[in-house]
Amino acid sequence: MSKTKEPLFHIVKRGEMPWYFSWCIRAAAIVLALICCGLITTLVTSENPIQIYATIIDGSFGSGRKFMVLLQNTAMLLCVALALTPAFKMRFWNIGGEGQALAGALASAACMILMKDMPNWIVIPCMVVTSLLAGAVWGAIPAFFKAKFGTNETLFTLMMNYVAIQLVAYFSVVWENPKGSGNVGVINPNTHIGWFPDLFGSKYALNIIIVVIVTVGMYIYLNYSKHGYEISVVGESERTARYIGIKVEKVIIRTMLISGAICGLAGLLLVGGTNHTINSAIVDNRGFTAVMVSWLGKFNPIWMVLTSFLLVFLSRGAGEIATDFGLNSSFGDILTGVILFFIIGCEFFINYKLSLTKSLKKEEK
Amino acid sequence: MFEAILSFLPRAIAQGTPLLYGSTGEIVTQKSGNMNLGIPGVMYVGGICGVIGAFVYEQSLPSPDAIVPALAVLIPTLFCLMGSLLMGLLFCFLTVTLRANQNVTGLAMTTFGVGFGNFFGGSLVKISGADMPFLALSATSNCFKKTLPFAEKLGVFGDLVLNYSFLMYLAVAVALIASFIINRTRTGLHLRAVGENPSTADSAGIDVNRYKYLSTCIGCMVAGLGGLYYVMDYASGIWANDAFGDRGWLAIALVIFTVWRPNVGVLASFFFGGLYILHMYIPSGMNLAVKELYKMLPYVVTIIVLIISSLRNQRDKQPPQSLGLPYFREDR
Repeated sequence: MSKTKEPLFHIVKRGEMPWYFSWCIRAAAIVLALICCGLITTLVTSENPIQIYATIIDGSFGSGRKFMVLLQNTAMLLCVALALTPAFKMRFWNIGGEGQALAGALASAACMILMKDMPNWIVIPCMVVTSLLAGAVWGAIPAFFKAKFGTNETLFTLMMNYVAIQLVAYFSVVWENPKGSGNVGVINPNTHIGWFPDLFGSKYALNIIIVVIVTVGMYIYLNYSKHGYEISVVGESERTARYIGIKVEKVIIRTMLISGAICGLAGLLLVGGTNHTINSAIVDNRGFTAVMVSWLGKFNPIWMVLTSFLLVFLSRGAGEIATDFGLNSSFGDILTGVILFFIIGCEFFINYKLSLTKSLKKEEK
Repeated sequence: MFEAILSFLPRAIAQGTPLLYGSTGEIVTQKSGNMNLGIPGVMYVGGICGVIGAFVYEQSLPSPDAIVPALAVLIPTLFCLMGSLLMGLLFCFLTVTLRANQNVTGLAMTTFGVGFGNFFGGSLVKISGADMPFLALSATSNCFKKTLPFAEKLGVFGDLVLNYSFLMYLAVAVALIASFIINRTRTGLHLRAVGENPSTADSAGIDVNRYKYLSTCIGCMVAGLGGLYYVMDYASGIWANDAFGDRGWLAIALVIFTVWRPNVGVLASFFFGGLYILHMYIPSGMNLAVKELYKMLPYVVTIIVLIISSLRNQRDKQPPQSLGLPYFREDR
């Protein structure tokens, strides 16, 4: 008799799977995660679970304003996620979305402050150009070193975030208003120079429309353009890309220029469209959350609309729970984390399957 | 001038100690090829679990004077280790067993861990209904902060070298032991093999998953101690939300800065600790803005090291080759 230990299961990679089946698994994971969150909340607050779910929904759809905030937050998160996606498709782990968006935000705030005596038709185009450029440069620096010397891009982009954060902190003090507060405050509150126009009576509408356009554009760019094709070849296999004559270095730098520029756009929309101010927390960790949005959406812009909506919906709901039951606002982060763990874990069951190991002993008999 | 240095160095070392724990933990983890970006979250969890342990213990006492120093140190430490071990197991389960993407899992763990820390830090008193205005565990903290009684009598040497709490010396010891194990033992050789090329390691009969699990869990426990040190020693047992700040990311920066060598990390972390507080010692007059630029220094230095190490392309100064990649035996 052989003494080798046999595991009960072994793991096999699945072949193609119909899309509805994989989405069923994901939906099941989300439902499980929600049940789990409900349990945790019930434990902490000892409230009726149904009440908790009602509160979550109320946090997003409770009033017209809440719904607009939900859409706006979804749009901003989606915008950063869209920016990261071409880089991820290329297997370039750009976790510097935070820094790139901040660079864009800083550039547009600089335009608003330094050109405060000029008319809007000069200031706004300047904001657009400089912020896209700032984001692109912030993204292209790590890309250049990755392409030329193979510098680890995950760590590089991560560090660039904090350089950007401190840069913004520096300018927050330089431009502080009123003096001594250390905050920039609302820029040009009376003249509204550099403020984007309201559409349909809401300051969020323009942002949402722009992000919708970017979403469609990114979908077309990734799936139906030569660049998109090159990006996926480089992502699948750099060697193949070189073999068929794609200049990998060029693709890396070009893609990161685009990625950074769209992050810069997110920063522009945040400063010019909604917040009209600048501080180091303005991007609100979206650069990191966007990594998860993009990955969960399988790098597909259309699916990413869903995943970013889901994450924002849940975090707004969790925030509502926190305020309603008098909990610390960080409670939302715990729930978001739990939900993410479930969704991350469920990918396994989509890509692999467990199958019972046929016992060798039986065959010997 | 001499006085200034004398006050600067101990503070730099105190600042550097949490970073040393974090970076030692992350180096041990990364050597197995796991890139755990959840370290900031793990450090928060380690810190808050220590706080919870101390809180439970202090609440069970009839009066603050009845505190037993040995227990007051042991209970929070155990809580902290357990908490960070659970985080490590979670990371391993998701990335090694379920083969999820390590960056995504790590970032999710950071979100979760920071939220967990701030939530319990902010609501622990409220949930338990204790009679306390805010979370202050000074009795426990005093036990953690015990220094050698004769250190202060030894002048400059005593102040600079001996006048720290045991957690700081433990940090140095752990870093040196980790360095020894990684570079000088068979276990370390296997660990490095797993991080460099898991399929080669696998065919040489090394249990890849076991090494990944063990090193990541141990790494998380070490990093968690950094959180514990911060709350109990540096912050004198007072939890303030988000006070720990971005030190977790700085610890990851330190991993690169030391090019994956924990023994270098000892001095490097004190250097980083110095950079972190340098802005308080630079005479910038009324110009507060410049201080924000000084806070950028650790990150800029890290980027420069990252670039230089990739430029020189020395083989012993590179990240582990399979860093961040999942391993599945049947993949080719």
